Amino acid sequence: MIQLRRLLPYLRRRRGPLGLGLLALLLTTIFSVASPWVLRRAIDDLGVELTRGKLWHYSAAIVGLVVIEGIFRYWMRMVLIGLSRDAEYELRNDLFQHLTRLPPRYYQDHRTGDLMSRATNDMVAVRQVLGPGIMYTANTLATFVGTVTLMYAISPLLLGLALLPLVVVSILVRVVGRRIHDRYEAVQAQLSDITALVQESLSGIRVVRSYAQEPHEIARFEAANQEFLRRNERLIRLFGSLYPGIQLLMGSGGLLLLWLGGTMVVSRSITLGDFVAFGVYLAMLVWPMIALGWVVNLFERGEASMGRIGEILDASAAIDDRVAGAAAEVRGEVEFRGLSFAYGDTPVLHDIELVVPAGSTVAIVGPTGSGKSTLVSLLPRLHEAPPGSVRVDGRDVREIPLATLRGAIGFVPQETFLFSDSLGANVAFGVAPGTTEAAVHDKTAWAAEVAQLAKDVRDFPRGFETRVGERGITLSGGQKQRTALARALAVDPRILVLDDALASVDTETEEAILSGLREARAGRTTFLVSHRVSTVKDADLIVVLRDGRIVERGRHQELVARGGFYADLSRRQLLEQEMERA
Amino acid sequence: MSELEEDPLEKSYDSKLLLRLLRYLRPYSGAVAVSFVLIVLMAGLDLVGPYLTKVAIDDHITKGDAKGLLNIAALYAATLVLAFGVRFGQVFILQLTGQKIMLDMRRELFGHIQKLHVGYFDKHPVGRLITRVTGDVEAVNELFTSGVVTVFGDLFTLTGIMGVMLAMNFRLALVTFAVLPLFFLVTDWFRRGARESFREVRVWIARINAFLQENITGMAVVQLFRREGRNAAAFAEVNRGHADANMRSIFYYAVFYPAIDVLAAVAIAMILLYGGGRVLAGGLSLGALVAFIQYSERFWRPISDLSEKFNILQAAMASSERIFVLLDSKPEIVAPERPALLPEVRGRVAFENVSFAYTPGEWVLRDIDFAVEPGRSIALVGATGAGKTSIISLLMRFYDVQQGRVTLDGVEIRQLDPTRLRSSLALVLQDVHLFSGTIASNIRLGSPISDERVQAAARGPRPPLHRRPAGRLRRRGEGARGDALGGTKATALVRARAGA
Repeated sequence: MIQLRRLLPYLRRRRGPLGLGLLALLLTTIFSVASPWVLRRAIDDLGVELTRGKLWHYSAAIVGLVVIEGIFRYWMRMVLIGLSRDAEYELRNDLFQHLTRLPPRYYQDHRTGDLMSRATNDMVAVRQVLGPGIMYTANTLATFVGTVTLMYAISPLLLGLALLPLVVVSILVRVVGRRIHDRYEAVQAQLSDITALVQESLSGIRVVRSYAQEPHEIARFEAANQEFLRRNERLIRLFGSLYPGIQLLMGSGGLLLLWLGGTMVVSRSITLGDFVAFGVYLAMLVWPMIALGWVVNLFERGEASMGRIGEILDASAAIDDRVAGAAAEVRGEVEFRGLSFAYGDTPVLHDIELVVPAGSTVAIVGPTGSGKSTLVSLLPRLHEAPPGSVRVDGRDVREIPLATLRGAIGFVPQETFLFSDSLGANVAFGVAPGTTEAAVHDKTAWAAEVAQLAKDVRDFPRGFETRVGERGITLSGGQKQRTALARALAVDPRILVLDDALASVDTETEEAILSGLREARAGRTTFLVSHRVSTVKDADLIVVLRDGRIVERGRHQELVARGGFYADLSRRQLLEQEMERA
Repeated sequence: MSELEEDPLEKSYDSKLLLRLLRYLRPYSGAVAVSFVLIVLMAGLDLVGPYLTKVAIDDHITKGDAKGLLNIAALYAATLVLAFGVRFGQVFILQLTGQKIMLDMRRELFGHIQKLHVGYFDKHPVGRLITRVTGDVEAVNELFTSGVVTVFGDLFTLTGIMGVMLAMNFRLALVTFAVLPLFFLVTDWFRRGARESFREVRVWIARINAFLQENITGMAVVQLFRREGRNAAAFAEVNRGHADANMRSIFYYAVFYPAIDVLAAVAIAMILLYGGGRVLAGGLSLGALVAFIQYSERFWRPISDLSEKFNILQAAMASSERIFVLLDSKPEIVAPERPALLPEVRGRVAFENVSFAYTPGEWVLRDIDFAVEPGRSIALVGATGAGKTSIISLLMRFYDVQQGRVTLDGVEIRQLDPTRLRSSLALVLQDVHLFSGTIASNIRLGSPISDERVQAAARGPRPPLHRRPAGRLRRRGEGARGDALGGTKATALVRARAGA
């Protein structure tokens, strides 16, 4: 239970409700064990001196006791389960906040689905410990103590014998329950395999059709389903025996009571009322005993799940913002000084020396994998460069408060990612909170205009209110990239980074964007990462990266004249352009 | 959310649907019959306990006959063991049959989907089709395993209990039954409330998932634009909605269980009050009174089960309706009855005055007319959305043209078997799609291609295709099939790795 100890602070903050809930539970139990006691008296009286008036008394007492019990039971559930939901809410918020602090590296090492499953499935398991786990543990304990005390009062011998099958039930639920869980997991795993298979086969339907692979796909599907059936049969065999087994054991408790208890009534060591009440108590124990085995499994699962959640919570946020100095206006001069960078053991950049004066435009070209994206990602500290190697306005980026630094950078990532929200909200994504609505509107409109998004927006029936993604319209690749560009511009950044951000935009639109940008670029330091010569040819400086080193630098004409990688690229793309025009 | 929104839960009860579903039971009619017999037997065995208690009290305990008790106990033990066997057999047979039916349905569905024309997938998102094959089939399985058959079991148990009580003491039975309508009312209230709040919870869970999925995937963007605080606040809001919805569902449970307890107590009190009076007057035995109390405690299980099953039934009906709609959708592109045969594909491709639209009226291609002689390369060049991919899709006969005709070696492709047609064309797909597995298996795609050829294909003869400005189209012989695909895919794979 080491992992679950992390939940203690969450419980401590809810000390009041927890105490109240447990009190309600105690009272519930007291009243629930009281009513069979009344029944016992009533039945015993039936044989002796019962009157109609007494019958009314007994009946009213039974109903009254259960009503009071019910009120407490209601409170117990509302408070105890309610507080578990509340704690779950807090824990999940904490988890999400921590997620927002983790560096991109973390997200490269962990699959989205895995992280999601921890925030949802594992969270469910942990919540069940806090809610049903605590409630049923306390309930089992209280009911056990209550009924066993009264059963002991009736007959210690009968108690000892009748309890035996119940203990076995508890063990059975625990042992078999765990194995059922394992087999169930195996079934679920196979089901998710089947789902993945269908997803893959249907998403790639054109490939399947093109190569006439339908029979192959059907065979794969069949095999996966046969395995599913096999695993299910294993589960059913066990599952099918658990419940009947419990019934059998519970029944044998009743059997012992009928036989031995009956004999004791005959020999007058207990009364008929004792006999009946004992039976009711025995029945009252059934659920807690089943719950006991179940609760232990619950705690085990919760422990494992808390461990998985804890792994996220323990991951360090990597970016340390504590050493940062005072916030100051960013002018936009960027310098890479003797920068070498590696992902773990894989070196990516070597000895980069580059000074970019504020307001100038630098283009970075080079083959795939040469380190272009990595280089620009070091600027907003998406990855952490060695101290002193990346500087803005002459200061190490580590010394600039992260909020100031990132606030000054408009970044258009290589892979466009938009949120399923309105188009306008996506463009205004980075606009500082507290900006007036009118100002947000102006910034959005201006950014959309520069990014050549405005005319698309005008074509949408709902304009900027058009929803994007999941439940909205599907944007084309070019539209997405232009939205991402507008999003970066709307921040009004000192430094603009376009990481191969116009690749999906056709050349005509690209030219329009670039000419719009030329004006917008004035006074902004701009980084253009691209494959296209047409994108970069007007830059103040073009840098060619190869295997993480700067191999060429200069203006377009100089580089073309030099006859290196860039000249080659330029020639090839010119040829392609001519082909297109032909 | 989407799965909730497509739920047409109204008018889902339909005898035609049920009949069609029952057809899936036919191959397993023997197993279903056995299971049915077992369930009736089980309901009967469950009635025995309280009755034996009555006999024990009246005939043996109150008469001081300890020896006779042993017989009763032995009888009871036999009942227990028998019940165990019957119960296990019933669950096992029924569940396994359900699984087999699911397998049959999935096989039929998947096979049918594989036959559907490509255009179908433009209008039906893959996610929804996956739900048909997985979730919907599962819901129908529930109908067989916990629905139809067990409903009879519950009904039988209920009538059984009522029958025995009426036989033991008619008037006391009627008095006890007085609480039954209340049982139904409370259960119904709970069922509706719990279902509604559960739906609400599911909607919120879906929102939490969507929010998480989006934010985890786009975390870099969140951080770049300093949205951490605002997005955390937005998440807290969704999370709050989820917690509140759950609180509402707790309420229904918190009321339901005590209410059932109170009703059970009222039943016992009434038995005690009326029955106790009869015992005093000598009209009822003590054992019968005890048995009555025990039987009354068994009322609510089948009642609440029954209403539970009504939910399952409804969900299964909705699911089966969706499944049948899919099964009934006709493939629009099928092989002609007597396909024309091309003994040897030479590869003359011609588009003759072809016009084509994905949606009627919105022409994508207009009056396209060209021919490519065997062995020649053709480059299709144009802006995004100009229709390059459409031309290739038409050639593969993913879609049918509205006007004009497409021919291969002079034969209109509609007269060919689509599968054979596609086999003889190699296509460089613009949307690169990767299947999981090794690079080699991606290149092979299930065809028996030798290792050497796979490696040659992976090496690729030319600069990566996806960087060329236009898709390309060329005829390839049977053997080179791996080549064209391999080049693109291997590049895509390398690129994917470089981007990771």
